Amino acid sequence: MTTTHPNAMSDIEAHGHERSAEGEVQPTIELVTQEGKNKQLGVWLFIAAESVLFASFFAVYLALRHSIPNGPQPKDLFELPLVFVMTAILLTSSFTSVMAVMNMRQLKSSAMKGWLVLTWLLGFSFLLLEIYEFNHYVHMGHTFTSSAFGTAFYSLVGFHGAHVAFGLLWLMTLLLRNARREITPYTAPKVYSFSLYWHFVDLVWVFIFTIVYLMGKVG
Amino acid sequence: MATVAVRAESERKKKSMLWDYLTTVDHKKIAHLYFWTGLFYFLLGGLEALLMRTQLAFPLNTFLTGKSYNEVLTMHGTTMIFLVAMPLLFALMNAVVPLMIGARDLAFPYVNALSYWLYFFGALVMHIGFLTGNVPQGGWTGYMPLSLPEYSGFGMSYYAMGLQLSGLGTLLTGINFVATIVNMRAPGMTYMRMPLFVWTTLIASILIMFAFPPLTAGLFLMIYDQLFGGQVFNVAGGGNVILWQHLFWIFGHPEVYIVVLPAFGIFSEVIPVFSRKRLFGYPAMVVATALIAFFGFMVWVHHMFTVGLGPLANGIFAVMTTIIAVPTGIKIFNWIATMWGGKLRMTTAMHWSVGFIFTFVMGGVTGVMMALPPADYQYHDTYFIVAHFHYTLIGGTVFSIFAGAYYWWPKMFGRLLNETLGKIHFWFFFIGFHMTFFIQHFLGLWGMQRRVYTYLPGQGFDLANLVSTIGAYLMAIGVIVFAINIVYTFVKGKPAPADPWDGRTLEWATKAPVPEYNFARLPLIRGIDALWLEKMAGHKEMPVIEDYHDIHMPNSTVLPFLMSLTLAIAALGFIWKEEFNHAFLYMGIGGIVLTLLVMFFRSVIDDEGYHIPKAEIEREEMKGVSV
Amino acid sequence: MKKKRLGRGVIVLLFTFLALTLSACGDPRLTTFSPNGTNAEESLYLIKLSAYIMFAVMAVVFVLLLYVIIRFRAKSDDTSIPKQVEGSTLLEFIWTAIPVIIIIFLAVITINMTFSMAQDHSEDPDAVKLEVIAHQYWWEFRYPELGIVTAQDLYIPKGKKIAATLRGDDVIHSFWVPNLTGKIDTNPGYNRDGTLQNVNRFTFDSKTTGIFLGKCAELCGPSHPLMEFKVIALEPADFEAWVAKMKEPVQVKGQTAVQGEKIFQQNCAACHAVDASDQAKRPGPNLANIGNRLTIAGYLPAETEADMRESLVKWIEEPNRYKPQNEQATVKTVVMPPFKDKLSKEEMNELIDFLLEQKQYDPANFKIGTEVK
Repeated sequence: MTTTHPNAMSDIEAHGHERSAEGEVQPTIELVTQEGKNKQLGVWLFIAAESVLFASFFAVYLALRHSIPNGPQPKDLFELPLVFVMTAILLTSSFTSVMAVMNMRQLKSSAMKGWLVLTWLLGFSFLLLEIYEFNHYVHMGHTFTSSAFGTAFYSLVGFHGAHVAFGLLWLMTLLLRNARREITPYTAPKVYSFSLYWHFVDLVWVFIFTIVYLMGKVG
Repeated sequence: MATVAVRAESERKKKSMLWDYLTTVDHKKIAHLYFWTGLFYFLLGGLEALLMRTQLAFPLNTFLTGKSYNEVLTMHGTTMIFLVAMPLLFALMNAVVPLMIGARDLAFPYVNALSYWLYFFGALVMHIGFLTGNVPQGGWTGYMPLSLPEYSGFGMSYYAMGLQLSGLGTLLTGINFVATIVNMRAPGMTYMRMPLFVWTTLIASILIMFAFPPLTAGLFLMIYDQLFGGQVFNVAGGGNVILWQHLFWIFGHPEVYIVVLPAFGIFSEVIPVFSRKRLFGYPAMVVATALIAFFGFMVWVHHMFTVGLGPLANGIFAVMTTIIAVPTGIKIFNWIATMWGGKLRMTTAMHWSVGFIFTFVMGGVTGVMMALPPADYQYHDTYFIVAHFHYTLIGGTVFSIFAGAYYWWPKMFGRLLNETLGKIHFWFFFIGFHMTFFIQHFLGLWGMQRRVYTYLPGQGFDLANLVSTIGAYLMAIGVIVFAINIVYTFVKGKPAPADPWDGRTLEWATKAPVPEYNFARLPLIRGIDALWLEKMAGHKEMPVIEDYHDIHMPNSTVLPFLMSLTLAIAALGFIWKEEFNHAFLYMGIGGIVLTLLVMFFRSVIDDEGYHIPKAEIEREEMKGVSV
Repeated sequence: MKKKRLGRGVIVLLFTFLALTLSACGDPRLTTFSPNGTNAEESLYLIKLSAYIMFAVMAVVFVLLLYVIIRFRAKSDDTSIPKQVEGSTLLEFIWTAIPVIIIIFLAVITINMTFSMAQDHSEDPDAVKLEVIAHQYWWEFRYPELGIVTAQDLYIPKGKKIAATLRGDDVIHSFWVPNLTGKIDTNPGYNRDGTLQNVNRFTFDSKTTGIFLGKCAELCGPSHPLMEFKVIALEPADFEAWVAKMKEPVQVKGQTAVQGEKIFQQNCAACHAVDASDQAKRPGPNLANIGNRLTIAGYLPAETEADMRESLVKWIEEPNRYKPQNEQATVKTVVMPPFKDKLSKEEMNELIDFLLEQKQYDPANFKIGTEVK
C-alpha cells in the first residue's frame, strides 16, 4: 500500500513557491526540510574536518619540501603558466557552480543543469591538465617514490586531484539522476551539498597554488 | 517528485533478525550493534592483556616470544582504544543521546549505519593478520620506522588499513552527533538545558572532527610508505621519522579526551540520579568540558618530551598540560559537591561512579607529575606511564561504560541487570585493577621500561610483576561475573519499568521498550533535568507540543554494509599485493570501483523514507501506559 | 555495609603506606630512587616535590569522598527529596584558584629545571665527548676526541660532564640509565646533503663511581627488552688508564688463542673489530676488551670465566635465538649469522680463547661499586 502523505506534500509545495511572493527571509529551497538543514550542516562539518586533513598534508609537505636526495628541485620543476591556467579554470568552475545554485533557488531547472554541465567540463579540463602535469614531472624524474619531497608533493596535490575526480563523479551522478527530475526540496540539498564541496576543493587549490607552486618557485 | 510511503506495522515486521540488524538505520539498534561488537573486542583485548600479564609473571618467562608478545601488545592497545573504548561509548551515545534531546533519530541515520559497518569491517581487517601470519607489532602508536615492512613485515599495514576504515566511521559518527545535537533538539531544549552527557558527546564529537583527520593523513602516509614506495618516513629518501609522532599525537592526545569526556558525562548523569540532587555547578561543568577539549589540542608534545625537541617546546607544552588539571579538578569537586547533602543510593552504577572518582584522581595527579619534563625523562616509556594511562582509561572510560551499562541497561534492553552480581563484578574488578596497576608506578620508577616482553631476574621486578599479574586475573573474574550477569538478565531478568531509577532526564520519559519513533509526540522542555522538573510539579508525563500524527521514518538499507564491505576488500587487496602477489592490486582497485558503484546507487535511488500511520501510533501509546 | 566503608578507608591508608615504603625498594644499580648523577638527582627532586603536593591533593579528595559516601547514604526507607543546590560561586572559585596556584608554583620550577638540564656541553673542553649510536639490539659508544670505539659497556669518568650526541642506526631507540639520567631518544635520519637529522645532544654525569644498568626505553623490535648496557663510572685517573689501555692492541699468547685469531679473521672480522681504535663503520660491535665485558650480548651472564665461555658459545652458535629478529621483516637484518654448523667444537673453543684474551682493562681491578648509595 503506497500512498502519498498529504502533509509532506503540502509542506513542500508551500515553501517551494512562497519565497519570491512574500519577499521576507524565508529558507531557500535546499533548507526547507529538516533533512536539507541537516545536510547543509553536515557538509559544513565534513568540510571542517577535511580542512584539518589538508592542513596535515600541507604541514607534511612544508616539512619535507627540501628533502630531495634524488630528483629535480621544485624550482626546475614547476611551470607557473600551466598552473596559472589550471587555477583560472578551477576558480571559474567555482563561479559556474554558484550560478547553478542561484538558478536552483529560482527553480530554473534547465539553467541550473546548464551551469552544472559547464562546471563539470571545467573540472574535467582541470583534471586533464593535472594528469598532463604529473606525467611531465614523472618524465623529469620527480616521482611518487623518488624522494620524501616527491611523496609529500603527490600526497598533497594528488589528494586534491582525487577530490576533484570524486567531485566530477558526484556531479555526473547528480546530473544523471536528476536529468528528468525537477528541483524539489528532496533534490535541491543534493545539488547544494555538491556546490559547497566544490567551493572547498577550489579553495584548497588556492592554497596549493600559493604554498606549493609559488613558494616552490621562489624558495 | 517521489512519494513517501505510509506503511502499516504488519508490512514492516517481516524481516529476519539478522537482515533487520544488517540493514537497520535505527539508532537504538545500532547502539546494540556497537555494544555487542565492542563487548566482544573488550573480551578479546582483555584476553590479550591476560596473555601479557601471564608472560610477565616471572622473569625470563617463555610463555610468549618477543615477537608474539609485541603482537599481543599492539593488538591489545589498538583494540582497547579503537575497537572497545570508542565503540562502547558510541553504543551508549546512540542509545540515549537522541532520547535525551527529544529527537526521533540522529541527523543522518544512514551515515550512522555506515559508521558502524566501517568500524565492524575496520576491526575485521585489523584482525585478518592473524590468519595471514602478519600481525601488527609496532605498538598501538605505530612509530616509524619500526612500522615499515623492512622492520616489521606487513602486520602494521593491517593496522593502518583497519584504523583508516574504522577511523572514517568514527569521523562520520562525530559529524553525525554534532549535527544531531545542533539541529535536532526538541523545543525548549536549549544548549544550557542539555544533560551533561549530551554536552560531553557534543564536545567529544567536535574533538573527533578535528583530531581524526591528522591521524587519517598520517595513516595515508604510512600506507604509502608501506605499500606504494612512499618515502615520507624513510630516512634514505629524505624522510623524517619524527613527523609521524607529531601527526599521531596531534590526534592521540585529543583522542584521550574523546574517550574520557563522554565518561565524565555518564558519571554526571549517574551521580545526580543516585544522589537525588541536581548536578552541582552545571555551567562550570560545561565550561570545564570545553576547556579540557580546547587545551587538549595544545599538549601533544608531552608524549614526545624525550624526542629532543628542545627545552622551549618541552617547557611550553608542560605548562599547557598542567593547565588541564584545573578544569578536571573542578569536575571532581563538583561531583563530590553533588553528592554532598544528597540521599545516596549505592547502586552498582553508583559504585562505579564513586570508584571512578577514587581511581581517576590517582590517574589525574600522576598526569600532572608526568607533565613536568625533568620528571618525565624518568617516567617516559616506563611502567609508570602504563600505570597512569590505565588509571585514567580504565578508571575513567571503562568504569563509565560499566556504570552506563548498569544505568541504561533497562533503556537499551528493557531489563534490569542483577544488582548483587553487579556489586560482585565491581569489587573484583576494582580490587583487581588497583592490584594490577598501582604497583606498576613503582615498577616504572625502579627502572622497568614498558613494552618489554620479559625482564631479567635480580633487577627488583620479580615480586611486583607477580602481584600485578594476580591482580589482572582478579579483574578477569570481575568481567566473567559481568558476562554471567548479562546472560542471567536475559534469561531470568524481569522487564524493567520505563523509569526504574527515578530518573531526571528525558530518556526516562520514553516508554519501555522505546518505540522506534522514540517520542509519539515531541516533548516540551522547561529546564535542566526536564523529567525531574515535571515530576516535582506533580505531572506524570512530559508536556507535548503536537498532536498525534504520521511519523516520518528513514528506510532501512543494506548499502552501508555493502559500502564498508567493498572498502574492506579494497584495503585487503592493497595489502596483499605487497604481501603475496602483485595481482591483488586488481582486487584493491576492484574494491574501490565497487565502493563507488554502491555510492552511485545510494545517490541514484530515491530514498525518502516512510511514514508510520497515526492510528498505529495512537494504538501503541494507549497500550502500555508506563509505570 | 560497615565493612565496605572500613574497607575503603583501609585502601586509602594502604596506598599511602605502600607509596612510602615501595620507594625504598628496587635494584640500587637501577632504581631512580637512588640517583648518582646530576640529571637523576634533579628528576628525583621534582618527582618527590610533585608527588608530595599530589599526595596532599589526593588526601583532600579522598577524605571528602569518604565523608560524603558515609554521611549522606540514604536509608532504605528514606524517599525524601534533598535540597536541589545549583552550585556555589565561592566554592567553585576556591577549587579553581587553589589548583591554579599549585600549577603556577610547579610550572616555574619546571621551566627553570627544563632549561638548566638542557645545557649544551658539546663545546666545553672539560667535558668528555661521546657519540651514542643505537642499533638493533646493541649500543655503540664512540669517543671522537679520544679515538676509541667500544660497545655495550660505557666507561665514563666520575664527576665530569659527558656531552653526548645520540642517533639510531635503524629504528628509534632510547638511551636510559635510571641512576644517572632520564631518557633521550636516538633518532635515525639523514638530510639531503647526507648530514644527520634529528640527532640529539645532551649532557649527563655520574657523581660517584659504580656500575649502573642502562636500558633501551623505546620499542625497537622483538628483542627490545634485551637491549641492555652498563655504565661504568671510574675515578678520573682510572678513566685515563682505561683510555691508555684501550689503545694498546692486545697480543694474544695462548696456542689456541693464536689459532682462534685466524678463525676470527676468517669468520668475524668483516663485521667486528677487536681494536678499539678501529673507526670504520661496521655492522657488528667492536669487541675490544670483550674478555672483561660485564655481560655477553648485553644480558647473558659473564661473571666467571665459565659463565662467559658458556654465554659466548650460546651466542655465537645461535644469536637469533638469544636476540630474535623479526623473521617477517622484508629486509632481513639478522642480528648475527649463526655459527652452529659452521664451526667445529674445537674451532669454537679456539675462537673463544682468542676472544677471552681481549682484556685491555678489567673494571674489577679498580674500586668501583663501593660508592653506590
